[in-house]
Amino acid sequence: MRIFASLKIARRALLRNKMRSLLTMLGIIIGVGAVIGSVSLTSGATKQIEDQVNSMGESVITVFSGNQTMGGMRGGWGSAPTMTVGDAQAIAGLKYVVAISPEVRDRAQVLANGLNWNTQVMGESPDYSKIRNWSLSHGTMFSDQDVRSLAKSAVIGQTVSDELFPNENPVGQTIRIRNLPFLIVGVLAPKGFNLYGQDQDDTIIIPYTSHMHRITTRTFLNDILVEASDDKTITTVQDEITDLLLTRHRSKEQDFTVRSQLELMQARTEASRSMGFLLAGVAAVSLIVGGIGIMNIMLVSVTERTREIGIRMAVGARAADILVQFLIEAVTLSAIGGSIGIAGGIGFSTMVGYLKDLPTVTPTFWIAIAFVSSAVIGIISGFYPAWKASKLDPIDALHYE
Amino acid sequence: MIRFAVQTQPVIKLAAIRKVYHTGEVDVHAVRGISLDIFPGEFVAIMGSSGSGKSTLMNMIGALDRPSGGSYLLDGIDVSTLDRDALADVRNEKIGFVFQGFNLLSRTSALENVEMPMLYNRHRIPSREQQERAINALNLVGLGQRADHHPNQLSGGQQQRVAIARALVNKPSLLLADEPTGNLDSQTSIEIMGVFQKLNDQGITIIMVTHELDIARYTRRNVILRDGNIISDTMVASRLNAEKELQQLREAQQAVKLTS
Repeated sequence: MRIFASLKIARRALLRNKMRSLLTMLGIIIGVGAVIGSVSLTSGATKQIEDQVNSMGESVITVFSGNQTMGGMRGGWGSAPTMTVGDAQAIAGLKYVVAISPEVRDRAQVLANGLNWNTQVMGESPDYSKIRNWSLSHGTMFSDQDVRSLAKSAVIGQTVSDELFPNENPVGQTIRIRNLPFLIVGVLAPKGFNLYGQDQDDTIIIPYTSHMHRITTRTFLNDILVEASDDKTITTVQDEITDLLLTRHRSKEQDFTVRSQLELMQARTEASRSMGFLLAGVAAVSLIVGGIGIMNIMLVSVTERTREIGIRMAVGARAADILVQFLIEAVTLSAIGGSIGIAGGIGFSTMVGYLKDLPTVTPTFWIAIAFVSSAVIGIISGFYPAWKASKLDPIDALHYE
Repeated sequence: MIRFAVQTQPVIKLAAIRKVYHTGEVDVHAVRGISLDIFPGEFVAIMGSSGSGKSTLMNMIGALDRPSGGSYLLDGIDVSTLDRDALADVRNEKIGFVFQGFNLLSRTSALENVEMPMLYNRHRIPSREQQERAINALNLVGLGQRADHHPNQLSGGQQQRVAIARALVNKPSLLLADEPTGNLDSQTSIEIMGVFQKLNDQGITIIMVTHELDIARYTRRNVILRDGNIISDTMVASRLNAEKELQQLREAQQAVKLTS
């Protein structure tokens, strides 16, 4: 096979008909472009959700007090004060549990530096920063000793820091929560908004014991954050927590709710998978349409160039040479079309992303799929015309008018 | 004539060659047992009216078609038994075609047209060598200066010269011309015959199909066919010289201009 020669011949033939080549490619360009564009935009959105889910902490289980229905009363999470510090300590003893933080939440007006600010005050354990994957930008987290001694130590979020201590380092300063002075030991790194649009940085974290005894006089927890050793053990840990709490609460009815990030993740993966199928369907349809366009033009081209085929055969082209020439023409058209489509799709999604302020991600996997399938479409749609051309009789072809 | 006598092996050796077309119920005997030897350096015109079988004979000599019977040796190779691919290789290496309608690729430069047969060589020829050989072939037909012209920028005579250059570029044993002057005016026809005569003087074997008697007089040997048989095979007695004829033609034209 004289591949080099065939490549040269195909290149010359395509360049001879630039306008037609471009129009033939258009079907593939638009199809591939649309697919790559929409994939980039949806992958960007998916990635954004994924990042937000991860920002809540991976393999994290949340045990809320209360349940949908309790004794005929319908309520939601946190609607019943049932969970105690004892429950949390029992959960901490379970296998595969690597970190735990009993959580109490309240809102309070806080004062510092002659300024005041209304924010969320959370009681947590020192494990909180590990569970939430949340590092500190300044200072340190309070310690277990602080929890035991009901210490008046606080770690504040970036928003609180910005509001109360503009242009200064709050570590070592005092903040008054419900008129009690707390020493700021650390500032959490900025985390941004969560899935529900809340500013996660607008918060103050203090030891849960201090929260329960000094700020609020509550004896019950809002919820318990539990981190499992990895995502494979999440389900086991969830089941064990359910069993444990049912025993501890001596109730037939579940007065708590166990939820994990994994469930959220699964829902998201499901959504992105169906989106993927949808896109694959669109891609398949547009590539088939593009392929038909190429086949159509190649058939016209073979008829129109019958005489050329005759000349080539007369000067010594074998049937295989003619076949390969037309196949290469078709594949070149579709592959170049595919490449232009990929570039155009990326360009389009980047532009839309820029204008609408959306994140865009173009997965290499989809680029490879788009390129390979357009080349394959070229082979499939080019084969019949090419085969037809190669079967021509040189004498008939030469005298074709 | 002595020149041919020393040559023992003919370029073309047709022995009782036949071609039958099966069209419907009737078998058409286009060629009925023709035997013909053509030696290196000959310049032969094959003549005959339409339906005489000259085109069929031409296609068989050109390895475009296989005979129904008889044998055909081209340069000692038995072409009648070869398959399609082998025939393509024979056409590529042994035969240069010149057609009535020029048959150049449109929107393709003269140079690329001439390079085309080399793309189908069994052995890959480097691009540089392809270009060199194409330029040489174009120089040989006097068109070296127009290598980058496209066919639509060339006159009929120039297009036919490009076609001749294309036919020569693979250094064939045989130049096969099918009515090469059929689409040309008389003066250009004589010019083209001049090109053929010049090539023939350099030792290139040429077979030409024509129905024009005056054109046949520029060749060395005339073979006349009728109903699939050779009815006459003669050496041209008073061969015309294209250059002299052209000279006379120009003088005549000059004279017309002077008098008017």
